[in-house]
Amino acid sequence: MKTLSITLLLLVFSFGLAAEESVELQQANFDPEDRASILKGAKTFVKYCLGCHSIKHIRYQRIAKDFGIDDKKVLTEVAPEGASIYDQMHTAMNPHDSAKWFGIEPPDLSLIARSRNGDWLYSYLKSFYTDPSKPLGANNLIFKDVGMPNVFWQVQGEQIAEFITEDGKQVFDKLVLVSPGSLSEQEFDTMINDLVNFLVYVGEPVKLERERIGKYVLFYLFMFLIIAYLLKKEYWTDVH
Amino acid sequence: MKVNRLTLCGNWILDRFPLTKLWNDHMAHYYAPKNFNFWYFFGSLALLVLVNQFLTGILLTMNYKPDAKLAFDSVEYIMRDVNWGWLIRYMHSTGASAFFIVIYLHMFRGLIYGSYKQPRELIWIFGMLIFLCLMAEAFMGYLLPWGQMSYWGAQVIISLFSAIPFIGDDLSLWIRGDYVVADATLNRFFAFHVISVPLVLVLLIFLHIVALHEVGSNNPDGVEIKKYKDKNGIPLDGIPFHPYYTVKDIVGVAVFLIFFATVIFYIPEMGGFFLEADNFIPADPLKTPEHIAPLWYFTPFYAILRAVPDKFAGVIAMFGSIAVLFVLPWLDRSPVKSIRYRGAIFKKALFFFVISFFALGYLGTQPATPTLTIFARIFTLIYFGFFLLMPIYTRWEKPKPVPSRLKDPLTLESIVPSIKAAYEEMTIKDNNGIVLFGSTEFQRKPNPEGIRNVLLRLAKKIITSFE
Repeated sequence: MKTLSITLLLLVFSFGLAAEESVELQQANFDPEDRASILKGAKTFVKYCLGCHSIKHIRYQRIAKDFGIDDKKVLTEVAPEGASIYDQMHTAMNPHDSAKWFGIEPPDLSLIARSRNGDWLYSYLKSFYTDPSKPLGANNLIFKDVGMPNVFWQVQGEQIAEFITEDGKQVFDKLVLVSPGSLSEQEFDTMINDLVNFLVYVGEPVKLERERIGKYVLFYLFMFLIIAYLLKKEYWTDVH
Repeated sequence: MKVNRLTLCGNWILDRFPLTKLWNDHMAHYYAPKNFNFWYFFGSLALLVLVNQFLTGILLTMNYKPDAKLAFDSVEYIMRDVNWGWLIRYMHSTGASAFFIVIYLHMFRGLIYGSYKQPRELIWIFGMLIFLCLMAEAFMGYLLPWGQMSYWGAQVIISLFSAIPFIGDDLSLWIRGDYVVADATLNRFFAFHVISVPLVLVLLIFLHIVALHEVGSNNPDGVEIKKYKDKNGIPLDGIPFHPYYTVKDIVGVAVFLIFFATVIFYIPEMGGFFLEADNFIPADPLKTPEHIAPLWYFTPFYAILRAVPDKFAGVIAMFGSIAVLFVLPWLDRSPVKSIRYRGAIFKKALFFFVISFFALGYLGTQPATPTLTIFARIFTLIYFGFFLLMPIYTRWEKPKPVPSRLKDPLTLESIVPSIKAAYEEMTIKDNNGIVLFGSTEFQRKPNPEGIRNVLLRLAKKIITSFE
């Protein structure tokens, strides 16, 4: 027993050692039931992201259906001009060109919230900083040397990263906003939060629906369990 | 008369097909020990999950496209555009993991109650073949969504074959059908996953059950119930499988489905254990993921593979860790079947084996750092030690006397009073009570002293059970 507990203790300590050092993620505050926020996020996506990134696994009609909005309203308020309600959300950019321009084809973002997660996306979108050594002038704290430029610089303002020297190594200290953008910091956070909320929704549009149905299924199964148990008990009264 | 016609119709079939005989042999007159406990639910549950996998799998193939260009998108199409496609897909993906949970528990049952021992060696071997088939089935099925982890997982596992001397490279090329995992691999894995392996699986399950019904089920006491029969030749401690165990298994099914549905509807990814995050990225042959880990049910064996420094030796160790299970009936030299009457050595060995299996399972999910590799080696030694030293330590074992008849099983109702008593001891009654349905209910708060006593007693009980 003693050897065992020592082994277990050692194991626990080794996990601590194995944990990597990385930048802490910021907590997004998204709510899958907040329709207004998701819709605002959809608009932001079309305005800032759809230029390069597709989300080909969602159709405008799905958004209309899931949020109970009129098809026409989605076409006028969310979709870019000329889109059909049955269209999947494809970018207009030619993938061949974009691969040439950015070094890599901008990935489809339909499932980005499932392969990454909401907090990661939130922190990533907020962690761009000016870095003149990069071809597009910006780098990212969460995703180092990412090929994506900072598309929010006008609204966010210019952000720089401050590094301090620790044991002869350059260690990240903090991000500083040097010139303000057209949105206040809080407004910008809300905008990114809405965008992440939308991406989480796009990752699994059926999520709310399945959680709603789940309650009925579980209720039924509990009823079934009670009846099954009573039946078993009745049959087994004569087993001794 | 109407009834007569129906009876005639039935008789016509019965004259030509032994339906009644089949039903009686395997259900109504199949006598099972009356003391089956919790561990005996998993056989029927495995069958339930198998049916679930078949039905949902067939529905999935109707919209899935086994093509490297289309596969990933077709899965998302099922998730979004096919009516109820998401439910079918989650039932299938959760079912795969559930299958392994159920099968591992089923195997563990065999281990603790000695169900692999004479005369049930063949049942165990058929079971192990089923386990092997199931691993092949799961491995090939996991390639089909064509995500990053599908792709690189297959890449890693198939490349293991290239470690075999002389024929390795040709063999792995032959398995893949291409120099890397590609469209040809996807297509053949699809063929194996949906038809070849399931056919073999069904055949093996049939043999497993036929063999079981020939010799009869073991039980938690490890006593042969066929030794004591009444004048009609019915085992005294046996009860007909139908209706007793059919109704009991329905309760098991209900409990299982509650867990199953909770996962499907609320946590289908199970924190990355059932659906890995990296598998939501389409397969990219040019971009290796930072950390490749198989799904949880393979991780113990994957950890054994990585624990061995030499690649080929690692492959042998990995297959050896499964092969050793086949000879288990001949490794165990103890005359006693059930853990209830076995000596302390076996109980301790089993305890360390379970720990090492879980630890290897965890280590298989982690990157192989030097520290973790050392741990993986220790646990690999324990894993193999449990089996390979068994012929020695089971000889030393001093078993307790085995009763000739079954003991009364512990029922749910008989446990309730002791749970109630423990609850009373662990909490203190508050003074202010509320009247609920005519009786006064007192609020209770935790009692540290009582909790300590109960836990101490529990610990003592566990320790003495090892002796």
